[in-house]
Amino acid sequence: MLTLKCPCCGVMTDETELHAEGEAHLKRFGPGSSDEDFTGYLFQRENPKGIHFERWRHAYGCGKYFHAARCTVTLEVFGTYPAQTLEPPQEIKDAISAKRPGWSWREMSN
Amino acid sequence: MKRYSAFAVAREALRGNAGWQRAWGAPEPRPAYDVVIIGAGGHGLATAYYLGKRFGITNVAILEKGWLGGGNTGRNTTIIRSNYLQDASAAIYEKARSLYETLSQDLNYNIMFSPRGVMMLAQTHHEVRGYQRTAFANNLQGVETEFIGPQRVKELCPIIELKGPRYPVMGALWQPRGGTARHDAVAWGYARACSDMGMHIIQQCEVTGVRSEGGKVTGVETTKGPIGCSKLGVVVAGHSGVVAEMAGFRLPIESVPLQALVSEPIKPCMDVVVMANTVHGYMSQSDKGEMVIGGGTDGYNAYTQRGSFHHLEETVRALIETFPMISRLKMLRHWGGIVDVTGDRSPILSKTPVEGVFINCGWGTGGFKAIPGSGWGFAELMAKGHSPLTAEFGLDRFTEGRFIDESVAAGVAH
Ligand SMILES: Cc1cc2nc3c(=O)[nH]c(=O)nc-3n(C[C@H](O)[C@H](O)[C@H](O)COP(=O)(O)OP(=O)(O)OC[C@H]3O[C@@H](n4cnc5c(N)ncnc54)[C@H](O)[C@@H]3O)c2cc1C
Ligand SMILES: [Zn+2]
Repeated sequence: MLTLKCPCCGVMTDETELHAEGEAHLKRFGPGSSDEDFTGYLFQRENPKGIHFERWRHAYGCGKYFHAARCTVTLEVFGTYPAQTLEPPQEIKDAISAKRPGWSWREMSN
Repeated sequence: MKRYSAFAVAREALRGNAGWQRAWGAPEPRPAYDVVIIGAGGHGLATAYYLGKRFGITNVAILEKGWLGGGNTGRNTTIIRSNYLQDASAAIYEKARSLYETLSQDLNYNIMFSPRGVMMLAQTHHEVRGYQRTAFANNLQGVETEFIGPQRVKELCPIIELKGPRYPVMGALWQPRGGTARHDAVAWGYARACSDMGMHIIQQCEVTGVRSEGGKVTGVETTKGPIGCSKLGVVVAGHSGVVAEMAGFRLPIESVPLQALVSEPIKPCMDVVVMANTVHGYMSQSDKGEMVIGGGTDGYNAYTQRGSFHHLEETVRALIETFPMISRLKMLRHWGGIVDVTGDRSPILSKTPVEGVFINCGWGTGGFKAIPGSGWGFAELMAKGHSPLTAEFGLDRFTEGRFIDESVAAGVAH
């Protein structure tokens, strides 16, 4: 069972208490943007085999959203952090770089 | 290639089985081919087969990172049906189902197609209405299905408990000509026929990059060196996002594990396929007597080829209410596959932003049933640039908001 720490209420939660909400840090495009940007925002996903930054909701707990950095191959969790950020905090990036030498945030997010 | 026949079995019995040929070759890659297909699963192999058979294109290589049929094609619960709601879906799935009926003869390979009938249980009022609507739609599409009441359900499958309590059986959508087939045999049969046409199936050959020049594909990088091509078919299911990234574009796809399990073999007790979508479970009995059970997908992206245990528990817990007898069964094996899921639960058969690169993916939890139809249409798309069977399934439908919404009718794994 996957367990994540909810940074909002501090509880260590089982995946049965959570709801996965897909890729995090999406750049929002709305009315007035190009068709391509709007499609990208709504539908196209990185779906990486490796490090994934993702939104979760503590659905059967405090009800709040948060972010997690997780490897989709090993299921290793590099940390969770509040949803009110544009990119992962430095300590999460460092934790990933330590385990995956050569990894960098820009490459992953573009 | 020597044909398989009753006579051949008798002949080989008399001479110690010394005369059987290899079913397919194990060639080294040539520097270039007209067409390269990535992924030797059912869809990739069927595409290659119909490229050869329908369009005479045989200078083809099929590249497989593992062994052929080792992906979802060899991991599914083999349900074949075509009772979808939307016209575009019904067309391609019904084409596939009808090709399955004669596939053993076409390929000279016994794929063990068993049209035993597929029953989708309605266990809520919402489902009753939904399946009645699907039955009407199917009538208009020329797909033979029928909405049946609980008594008929019980006649067709006596081991079902109709009364619930949580999920009483209120009826079912019944497709008498749906059924199952042997999944490995589908891959092997197509592979043997492709190899016979001179195509190269190259196993243990992972594609690691896609080469293009001026927006046009020129070949691929592989663990066995570069291979050139003027057309590239990407047919890699759960790994579609990974290969798309190599070619420089993103897809409206997320990859998640889907699990299945089988019980110890028991005497014949169920000769139809039953799907219970409300509780995310479905079951059939294999020829060996095992109860084959499939569940729902995991909730989050993963490439682990094994899923969360609590999903299996959920499936089995719910199925026991409808099939009380399985509560005494021991489960023998369980496994997972990585399925490629789109937002509207319909596949993508499409050109891509890179000229010459075509993609066939998004079959998600339910593409085994579609293999012959998908190969038929996708081969046409690759050969001629257009196919009536695949026209609605382009990537552009996401930009245009023209979804083929099967998520209500087929909101579960199958
Ligand atoms: C548990 C489970 C139950 C299912 N039950 C049903 C069912 O009852 N009925 C139904 O219709 N469908 C079912 N499905 C879905 C069905 O199995 C799939 O939709 C179908 O098999 C997909 O076939 P494919 O050929 O596209 O993919 P695959 O068979 O997965 O083939 C893709 C191949 O591409 C290869 N590959 C990937 N990346 C690379 C690379 N870089 N280089 C070279 N090769 C690569 C992989 O190794 C793989 O062999 C089920 C799936 C699962 C997992
Ligand atoms: Zn919380």
